Amino acid sequence: MTKVSFDRDPGSYRHWHLRIEPPVAWLELDVDENGGLVEGYELKLNSYDLGVDIELYDAVQRLRFEHPEVGAVIITSAKDKVFCAGANIRMLAASSHEWKVNFCKFTNETRNGIEDATANSGQTYLAAVNGSCAGGGYELALACEKILLVDDNSSTVALPEVPLLGVLPGTGGLTRVTDKRRVRKDRADVFATRPDGVKGKTAVDWRLVDELVPRQEFREVVAARAREIAARTSRPADAQGIQLAPLERTETDDEIRYPNVTAKLGNGLVEITVRGPESDDWFLQMTRELDDLILRLRTNEPELGTWVIRTEGDPQAVLEHERRVLGGGDWLSSELAHYYKRTLKRLDVTSRSLIALIEPGSCFAGMLLELALACDRQYMLDGPPIDDEDSEERASMLLSEANFGAFPMGNGLSRLESRFYGESDHLDWLKRERDHPLDASEAVELGLVTDAPDDIDWEDEVRIALEGRAALSPDALTGMEANHRFVGPETIETKIFGRLTAWQNWIFTRPNASGPEGALRRYGTGQKASFDRRRV
Amino acid sequence: MPEKIDYDSKIPNNVSLADDRRLQRALEGWQPKFMNWWAEMGPTLETHGVYLRTAVSVGRDGWAHFDHVNVPDYRWGIFLAERDPDRTIAFGEHKGEPAWQQVPGEYRADLQRLIVIQGDTEPASVEQQKLLGLSAPSLYDLRNLFQVNVEEGRHLWAMVYLLHAYFGREGREEAEGLLHRNSGSPDTPRILGAFNEETADWLAFYMFTYFTDRDGKYQLGTLKESAFDPLSRTCEFMLKEEAHHMFVGTTGVDRVVQRSAELIREHDTMDIAAHGGIPLDLIQKYINFHYTVSLDLFGSETSTNAANYYTAGLKGRWMEPRRKDDHQLTDDSAELRRPREDGTWETDELQKILLLNLDLRGEYIADCQTGVKRWNRILEDAGISFRLALPHPGFNRQVGINSGHHITPDGTIVDEQTWQDGQKHWLPSSEDFAFVRSLMHPVYERGKIASWVAPPRQGINGKPFDYEYVYL
Repeated sequence: MTKVSFDRDPGSYRHWHLRIEPPVAWLELDVDENGGLVEGYELKLNSYDLGVDIELYDAVQRLRFEHPEVGAVIITSAKDKVFCAGANIRMLAASSHEWKVNFCKFTNETRNGIEDATANSGQTYLAAVNGSCAGGGYELALACEKILLVDDNSSTVALPEVPLLGVLPGTGGLTRVTDKRRVRKDRADVFATRPDGVKGKTAVDWRLVDELVPRQEFREVVAARAREIAARTSRPADAQGIQLAPLERTETDDEIRYPNVTAKLGNGLVEITVRGPESDDWFLQMTRELDDLILRLRTNEPELGTWVIRTEGDPQAVLEHERRVLGGGDWLSSELAHYYKRTLKRLDVTSRSLIALIEPGSCFAGMLLELALACDRQYMLDGPPIDDEDSEERASMLLSEANFGAFPMGNGLSRLESRFYGESDHLDWLKRERDHPLDASEAVELGLVTDAPDDIDWEDEVRIALEGRAALSPDALTGMEANHRFVGPETIETKIFGRLTAWQNWIFTRPNASGPEGALRRYGTGQKASFDRRRV
Repeated sequence: MPEKIDYDSKIPNNVSLADDRRLQRALEGWQPKFMNWWAEMGPTLETHGVYLRTAVSVGRDGWAHFDHVNVPDYRWGIFLAERDPDRTIAFGEHKGEPAWQQVPGEYRADLQRLIVIQGDTEPASVEQQKLLGLSAPSLYDLRNLFQVNVEEGRHLWAMVYLLHAYFGREGREEAEGLLHRNSGSPDTPRILGAFNEETADWLAFYMFTYFTDRDGKYQLGTLKESAFDPLSRTCEFMLKEEAHHMFVGTTGVDRVVQRSAELIREHDTMDIAAHGGIPLDLIQKYINFHYTVSLDLFGSETSTNAANYYTAGLKGRWMEPRRKDDHQLTDDSAELRRPREDGTWETDELQKILLLNLDLRGEYIADCQTGVKRWNRILEDAGISFRLALPHPGFNRQVGINSGHHITPDGTIVDEQTWQDGQKHWLPSSEDFAFVRSLMHPVYERGKIASWVAPPRQGINGKPFDYEYVYL
């Protein structure tokens, strides 16, 4: 399997041009046909694969941190007559199931990140659709706040997955059409079942796009709209951005090590340790490292099904950083908080069993306690450190303001609200217990841990829990965990990750899509798919 | 009581227009828009009657009627070839089933797209040739230009008829869209590149009708095989008219070559520009340009769209019923030559069904070759050793596997600099165009003709060359 790295920088992009013309940034898609991440397919018509999307993610991320002067971002194509043909079908057809799903997940996260920048960062995205735009290409446009379509009497927007491929638009297309753009459901039905899409006035009437722009004036009108939008941004035009330097990372067969995060790989497990603050820029560095680690593990280690999460360091130092960032009130503080929020969300939608181990010397305080709360189970050692039974040191955890809404999940709730869904009394009680260390028995009483074995039982209990987990069906676990993690209300995001991707994953494995005569396999062969007509 | 319109005389047809209220309504909406388009985008030169052929029926004899007609009053009719009630589908996965008289829902979008693209090319050439009447070399040629133009207009009607009759409201919208896109318009250009190029002079017009209309013949030929019977029958009849357009091209180039040969003999020099003729190497450059632009119309050598259309039965091969194979093509293979970065050619073996565009292009190239032979015979008969030739199919291409490579007319893969240096020898330069344009003075006198072209051997419909084909 290809080992994937997520390290990118604008100087080395193969598929995108990033141009900054303050207060506007242009992100032009110009896919190098021969630049596929894996051998065996050509990325024709600005179609994309994971590699193209990794660059997009990098660009979106850098725009937020490195370019405070940018208030609007235009996504368009550098190619004539084609905006984007969506995910490359030959790539999909040749990919393993987990690769497809992982690709869709990452792509979704990037699209959500674009919407997050529009909503929270004063960086509003516009799609300048300057040619035909299909499937994932239109989904990319849907992630933008505004869609401008060239009015040349032939360019269309389309979601042809159902009629052409026997699958669904995998990155939120259906949901965004109905929920975000409020396209009437019967029209959405017509739109998503016709392979040729919709153009011109109908696309505007149906709300599939916002505005038609004549071909000759296209770039000027797009730039003018972007400047209008950028004028309303809260971003400071004169602030200095922060350069996102390459990550320091060393990798061996059984370890991935960064300055603030370490992962040990083996025995079907990944043991992740996040270290507390040791430098001033810890918050950003730790978040970047964690983000990178999650992406690498998800993509490159599909068989390591359980992640054990620990922390190490001084809880007070964590809280100090947290106060500085959350209380900062400037654009950079806000960016840091939103970035950490998005990284936690990545963890929430990761299809791995997540187990937190809270031991003496750990620093599960405030923002880092969110890591434990994101896990499926939490075990807290009630006793001295295992290798030093004479020590006075005991495990503790610490609630702070940050646990009550600073880092909402995709369902719009904090992790505590999700954990105690509908129990407002309990949440009030937890609020009163903020800002002081809680020991194991208090944590049990407050419902913050699954179990708190003593030092005699600890190793056995943890081992049994992990071994038991490893014996279960990974598919069933994926489904169960995703159910338990997202209680309560639906949002566009939960629908996309929960409903849409679950259906998509199911459809991906069905013979009608992926079987030898399925639509996805037959695509491009000139032969038609043969469907099993029984509805399931 | 409103006066009853006699549809059959106003719009000659064999689709029972007089009884089809829905189609009447659609055409009533469309026809005035078509007339506006014709007034705005059609021929610039005003005439008082052109000796035109008007299709009046589809029978073997007497399908056409000749008379002087005021051009805007030309009766653009709707004709489908006669229906064969036993026709079955000749290829693809529906092979052997009865041909469709209605559009199957499953293929609606694809069929509509095919018809819209074909329809888009028809009025485009009228737009491209808009100004040519102002510089016609003779009344005979002027008449042919108008004949080609009105028939392209009728071919637009043919596609519009299909859109109106079979594709509902959306079909009507698409039919209107055909008038809103215009050749070379910066905002709403025609769908295919070749139809946005200029046809600036009469040599270009002959080349266009020889090479580009011939592409049309092959595209219509594949649509004639369609399982959708109304499309098939429509294209069959269009092919009948298309033959005349190619005749204009073939004999047009003939006559230019003929005249150039005469001037070469007369003045004993190949450099006949000074004597009001078009030098042979310049004719070759025009061939190079128009041929390669037309090759682009066949699309990419490998095409899954074409394969899908074939499997579905929407678009067949040239002369499909005469092909001796299984008409499924999933198990057969064919060879594709592609240029390599290192300057050599490689041969790939691919499933035949993915190479349908290449198959059609092959038929087309063979056909184009016959014209070149004909023109060379004129040179041979005149005792001139110069020979015209079709360039290599990789030369000057914007579409398909050769685009992005620099290939000379003889098929050598070269670097960009070499290609740039050679370009002025291979393709018409702005000086070349300016020279040809300098020869384009209108000759509107009966029986007279411009210096750079020979008169035709025969007139139209048995009339002599000096017949008054056009009343000015």
